[in-house]
Amino acid sequence: MKKKQTGAQIVWECLIREGVEVVFGYPGGANLPLYDALPDYPIHHVLVRHEQGASHAADGYARSTGKVGVAMTTSGPGATNMVTGIATAMMDSSPTVFITGQVASKLIGYDAFQEIDVTGITLPITKHNYLVTDVNEISSAIREAFYIARTGRPGPVLVDISKDAQQNAIEWEYDDSPIKLPGYRPDPTLSRGHVQQVVDMIQSARRPVILAGNGIIASGAMDEVLDFAEHTNTPVAMTLLGLGAFPASHPLALGMMGMHGESWVNTAIQEADLLIAFGMRFDDRVTGNVKTYAPKARKIQFDIDLSEINKNVPVDAALIGDLRHTLRQVIDFIQPCEHREWVETIQQMKDEASAHSILTDSGDKHLYAAHVIDELWKCTDGDAIIVTDVGQNQMWAAQYYKLDKPARFISSGGLGTMGFGLPAAVGVKMGNPDAEVWLIVGDGGFQMTQAELSTAAQEGIKITIALINNGYMGMVRQWQEFFYDRRYSATPMRNPDFVKIAEAHGLTGLLVTQRADIEKTIQQARQTEGTVLIEFKVEKEDSVYPMVPAGASLHQMIRRPVPNTAFEKEEAQSKAK
Amino acid sequence: MKSTLVVLVENKPGVLNRVASLFRRRAFNIDSLAVGRTENPDVSRMTIVVDSDQLNIERLTAYLYKLVNVIQVYNLTATPSVDRDLALIKVQANDESRSHIMQIVDVFRARIVDVNSNSLMVEITGDEEKIEGFIEVLKPWGIIEMVRTGLVSMARGASSLLVDPIPVSDFNRITV
Repeated sequence: MKKKQTGAQIVWECLIREGVEVVFGYPGGANLPLYDALPDYPIHHVLVRHEQGASHAADGYARSTGKVGVAMTTSGPGATNMVTGIATAMMDSSPTVFITGQVASKLIGYDAFQEIDVTGITLPITKHNYLVTDVNEISSAIREAFYIARTGRPGPVLVDISKDAQQNAIEWEYDDSPIKLPGYRPDPTLSRGHVQQVVDMIQSARRPVILAGNGIIASGAMDEVLDFAEHTNTPVAMTLLGLGAFPASHPLALGMMGMHGESWVNTAIQEADLLIAFGMRFDDRVTGNVKTYAPKARKIQFDIDLSEINKNVPVDAALIGDLRHTLRQVIDFIQPCEHREWVETIQQMKDEASAHSILTDSGDKHLYAAHVIDELWKCTDGDAIIVTDVGQNQMWAAQYYKLDKPARFISSGGLGTMGFGLPAAVGVKMGNPDAEVWLIVGDGGFQMTQAELSTAAQEGIKITIALINNGYMGMVRQWQEFFYDRRYSATPMRNPDFVKIAEAHGLTGLLVTQRADIEKTIQQARQTEGTVLIEFKVEKEDSVYPMVPAGASLHQMIRRPVPNTAFEKEEAQSKAK
Repeated sequence: MKSTLVVLVENKPGVLNRVASLFRRRAFNIDSLAVGRTENPDVSRMTIVVDSDQLNIERLTAYLYKLVNVIQVYNLTATPSVDRDLALIKVQANDESRSHIMQIVDVFRARIVDVNSNSLMVEITGDEEKIEGFIEVLKPWGIIEMVRTGLVSMARGASSLLVDPIPVSDFNRITV
């Protein structure tokens, strides 16, 4: 039955119909009508401290729950502050809807107070966007926005609503007729002809490697990939965002590939005769120099997005569509395969590489991030949701926290957004109130969005923060060490007392400076109520190994010096002085 | 190589911007772009001429399909089709030169649409080659001003792009 409703009420009605339970946002002049209507609806609003925080929180919520994350801000600076978060969601295909207030429609185009062309600004960083200036168009725009955000290759959609459209009232009832988008094809169909070609290539491979990407998680194709890998006995390498798409504890799991991938993973890719890409896009951080990438391998790409095929790396065959369906069709035609020799060869490489692992370092003088994360993994039985920031902390988290389940490694991959971690962790916790949520963050990135500690405190949620403090913008320092002759330009940081910062928010702050204290402090933090920050004062100049320098071939890795001998040398040198 | 793409889009505000922005963002150069209404009021038709190799045209096509408002994309480069560009050319003309110019106009089957004591305005339609040739011949007489609409293109035969769309599955082919 039709009922008189304002545009603002219609927005909330539509959000409820989409199943929205939590919205991250910040009120302002141009979305006041929305906030005025909010208390009448059963939706929990999380007040962030900066709009960027709202955008990352919605993103983190979406990645960890698979549901659409929603952020809401006012016009002008409220909207532009979300640009980084929208771009982050775009690069990592995160299903999100951003609702921004806009100045009244009669003022649009006149440079009114807090007016900015938000749809213009976000055009290249959204999957689609809408400018709504008529109350009659609000519900269709929001329905379409959610539909587009969560179908096909997911992504961010922005709906910009003028203040008068929010205020005007119409006789309205919810319209649930099918959405008409004549040009939108969320799930392109599979062409049959290619299946046979793909099957033949898989069947004849001797040294195949699966490249597992974020698309597996987006499609929910974990079981299909597991079936496929076991059926064909194919080792599985993962991208950063693909971590958890295949269980790390599975004998066929190799680990992470790419710039900071493990040596045996990258070597296996370079030696492979067939690469089978599942929902990954051959990003430059994964391939190194594309000209020398996997030179002996034929390549098959499974993707839902046609534009990813042949984009970065030419492939020999491709299957377009939702991975869950395309893979099912292929598996039925494949005879079981054995690749014992190949799997053993990789295992040998893996065994040899273990000598380089910092975890084998027996001395306890030095506190390394690797030990912190390894200990965290053990203490939490590998069952926490790990949110990371960007940089060394992120790579160490990826290398040492070995995940068996999907959607538990929440990290900004494509855009590499420092400051993503803390607000994303807030979003993750709001979406997973019963899960143990850990944030692994560096001292640099933490300070970018530190204000969201207040949000965590106000919500009374428990996030446990492992702050890896090395007093540097660590990853940039590492590049300066390796490629810029150790000129540490603008990377050293004079940091605040992070423990006191936690305490100033009414939260618990703990400090760890020795390896011996890692485990008990982690356990203490887990048992403490509310958000806890542990500052780990780690080795200042440790680096992430292995490293493929940008533009180098994937097998040309800088390896970690074998730990103990390196320290002995170091100590001998210092004694000699 | 020049390719002619016909892009059918939803007739909505901002769609031209989305298409143009895509070309900029992915670093493709538009040689010409013409946009106008079609037999269906909800659909606009763009004819876009791009100078690019075949692989990049396939990339571009895939990117165009990612735009929610893009309904269909056709590459008419290799399809038998009628290509037309329209130009208005204002050329200097006095009592002495006017009849010479009018003869050229006749040869090219162009039309004089405005006459003035010091100038003539000529309208010509045709494919690009014909118009380029016409401009070359007029140049010595002194071109004052010129405007071109950009190419529009339509496949020969009875079928309609809008009514008989190519099924999407055809885009699942991959060329290496």
